[in-house]
Amino acid sequence: MNLGLRNRAGGALALVVCAVVFLSGGARAGDLPAEDVALLERLTWGISSATVAQFKRLGRDRWLDEQLAADGETILPERAQEQIDALAALKAPLLKTVSAKDQEIRAANKLEDPDQRAAARRAYQQSLSDIARQAAAREILRALYSPRQIHERLTWFWFNHFNVHQAKSNIRLLVGDYVERVIRPNALGNFCQLLSMTVRHPAMLRYLDNASNAVGRLNENYAREIIELHTMGVGSGYTQRDVEELARILTGVGINGTTRTPRLRPAHQTLYHRDGLFEFNPARHDAGDKTFLGHEIKGNGLEEVDKAVDILCKHPATAAFISKKLATYFVGDDPPAPLVSRMAETFKSSVGDISMVLRVMVQSPEFREASRTGGKFKDAIHYVLSAIRLAYDDKVIRNTQPIQSFINRLGQGLFNRSSPDGYSPLSTAWNSPGQMMARFEVARQIGSSAGNLFKPEQADAATEPAFPLLQNELYFRFLRRDLSPTTLAALAEAISPQDWNVLFLSSPEFMRGFAGRAP
Amino acid sequence: MNRRELIKAFATLPTLTVAGRVWAAPATDARLLIVFLRGGYDATNVIIPVSSSFYYEVRPVLAVSRPDPDDAMSALPLDADWGLHPALRETLHPFWARRELAVVPFIGANDDVSRSHFQTQDTIELGQAADGTRNYNSGFMSRLVTELTRARPIAFTDQLPLTFRGTTPVPNVSISAVGKPRIDDRQARLIQKMYESSELAPAISEGFRVRDDVYQTISRELTEANRGAVSARGFELSARRIGRLMREQFNLGFVDVGGWDTHINQGGASGYLADRLGELGRALAGFTEEIGTAAWRSTVVVVVSEFGRTFRENGDRGTDHGHGSAYLIMGGGINGGRVLGEQVKLTQAALFQNRDYPILTDYRAMLAGLFGRLYGLQTAGLQKVLPNVRPADLGIL
Repeated sequence: MNLGLRNRAGGALALVVCAVVFLSGGARAGDLPAEDVALLERLTWGISSATVAQFKRLGRDRWLDEQLAADGETILPERAQEQIDALAALKAPLLKTVSAKDQEIRAANKLEDPDQRAAARRAYQQSLSDIARQAAAREILRALYSPRQIHERLTWFWFNHFNVHQAKSNIRLLVGDYVERVIRPNALGNFCQLLSMTVRHPAMLRYLDNASNAVGRLNENYAREIIELHTMGVGSGYTQRDVEELARILTGVGINGTTRTPRLRPAHQTLYHRDGLFEFNPARHDAGDKTFLGHEIKGNGLEEVDKAVDILCKHPATAAFISKKLATYFVGDDPPAPLVSRMAETFKSSVGDISMVLRVMVQSPEFREASRTGGKFKDAIHYVLSAIRLAYDDKVIRNTQPIQSFINRLGQGLFNRSSPDGYSPLSTAWNSPGQMMARFEVARQIGSSAGNLFKPEQADAATEPAFPLLQNELYFRFLRRDLSPTTLAALAEAISPQDWNVLFLSSPEFMRGFAGRAP
Repeated sequence: MNRRELIKAFATLPTLTVAGRVWAAPATDARLLIVFLRGGYDATNVIIPVSSSFYYEVRPVLAVSRPDPDDAMSALPLDADWGLHPALRETLHPFWARRELAVVPFIGANDDVSRSHFQTQDTIELGQAADGTRNYNSGFMSRLVTELTRARPIAFTDQLPLTFRGTTPVPNVSISAVGKPRIDDRQARLIQKMYESSELAPAISEGFRVRDDVYQTISRELTEANRGAVSARGFELSARRIGRLMREQFNLGFVDVGGWDTHINQGGASGYLADRLGELGRALAGFTEEIGTAAWRSTVVVVVSEFGRTFRENGDRGTDHGHGSAYLIMGGGINGGRVLGEQVKLTQAALFQNRDYPILTDYRAMLAGLFGRLYGLQTAGLQKVLPNVRPADLGIL
């Protein structure tokens, strides 16, 4: 440690020394080659001593095997799991919640007294927002503390890829279930399965208006975005005709928020499907034959959708588009074409095995080379989560609300992206002058104190004492050696531990993640 | 007002100073704000083709009725062929009468038929050809900054929009959420030092440069009960702030506002789209109020969107992605009160791919023509801003 800093930092000194002593009693990080530090920084939500310990225990190969396993089980630290268990709104079956809420708003709208009516509507809206906040809290706790960090990164990636916006209609009720049953179980599994499940979830069908798409009342919104954003990508050879044909295929794919089944002609009854809120209603479906991307699809109800999903999933444009997006997210804004093409080959030969595609990426020389030169500029959520993981390590936070406000302030709130393209995977979308100013302000908030992070939401609960300890063992062992002389010089001018934190979290090195270079 | 008058009008303004930048000799100066309606606004129901019986035939639910002084829900008269949506009665229609509002129908990116929001927004912001290799680090507003000697550009957006990406750093500010900066001057100095050799250095020094100025200008809202600005909300509040900032500090701005992708239940004379338009109208009128009479004379506002929507309504009382749009152009010194650019009689045969407005004026040609008049840019300069574009002089100025 730099003695010059000690002298100038004054008050900072005692605290820093104490911190090192405290930590030495816990799990020691030990040494880790630069390449492994870089790997952890790239693939997780930020380095933490729990992750380092896990990595050292398993070794690089086994760690990657476990991290990339599609069917692993997420076991959270008890303190995190008990907070999730307390999120009552997420436990009821979705259909029950939705039909109860529908009744609630119908009753509210019938109230004669305008004040009562307004109050009842406000209560309804408030309850929806509470439910979505609980879903966001669950995601944040898992992202921070799940030992399956790559799975967490991919869960965020796929939610963002198949984005829905909570502000539309009653999606606040649906979004938690959407992540839980569609995104999470398939995040490292099979892309085709994932795609097929998004097509059957009410959150997506509501968000992109397919719930209103019916024969004679065609709405091509969802059809277009499936092709353009979810699978093949724009300019990959499909036509307006393909969009319209897919919209026809998707007619009747919708939502039924009641427990009733529509009365149908006998010919339609066998084609009818229902799974929770999801409904395929043949009476709303265009029964004619279709031609989609050069394939003839005979009119045959929901089977047409499965065929279309299969065609899209196996289309070479999809393999290329998805591989490039993954590489852009993990490797860099302009990922090397040979890497993307090898990933796409694996995507094709494995018919959409996400884990295998990722393995190609992680074990590539291009990935190693990109990591060696420092990470990619973090987007807002990566920035905030990595700061919290480093500052508090495995001391589990008690309140996710401050984290939600940080990422909202930085323009990347969970479930808050209004347009279906999701948040940009490009670093240039996050480092404009205005965004850098906002990031420094958030650095000040995170670095100055624990704020409400350890203040449970229950009124009678006491706040746990905590301090964002960034000059910790991980810092001294792995991160400090990455800092440039100019960064070290600026840190040496810090006037307090808080001030040091603010500067460290504002540094170019922290913005990009660490490569663990030897000095 | 012609360009000489415009320059004269500008010369009467007080000298503008901005910290940290030294300005080259003045060539010309005028203010320009681009307002991007993201989502593809339904131009057909805003600038309404009231002389087209085909319009009334294929929009049985959505159509806004022909102008009728006795019907508050009917279109407001523009000329024999066009009307304005009634939600703009109090806000934008008076600008038409004052010749401070012009409309350009059948406009858009004529080489982009992707009907993709994101692709076409990019096309428009980049101002490059839609096909072929595009340079995503070269937006047309950034190239304009390079060509102007006195540009003080800013994006009033959370992210730096593509149109301002380029060689000159352009500041951006999240205009709906301006707060008091808590990073103090000492910390700001140390942070800038850490980024000395980073590629982000210009962005960061631009950020700190405008941060305090913007806050100071906007925080005066809190102390002055000024012309309703305190009670303004949403996009109107943003636009009023922009008016202040462009009166005092900036002369080339970009702002965007979303919520125009109306696939279902968009409403006609009233309803969802009408509400959005009401807010847009209040925003633009509020902007002109805040920028003030003197500055308004040398200001031009161009309202654009990525594409128009299907001429026919869809099965859900909405409209799907289309092609041609209609842009609004406002300014205290423009030759307004007119429908500009080539027009076509709206029958089924006139539709592009039997579905959308055709594009008869390419937006790049319109902008090149405007920049030529507004800034006195010659062909060589215009070619750098909008390469391979033949300027269309629509007589805006």
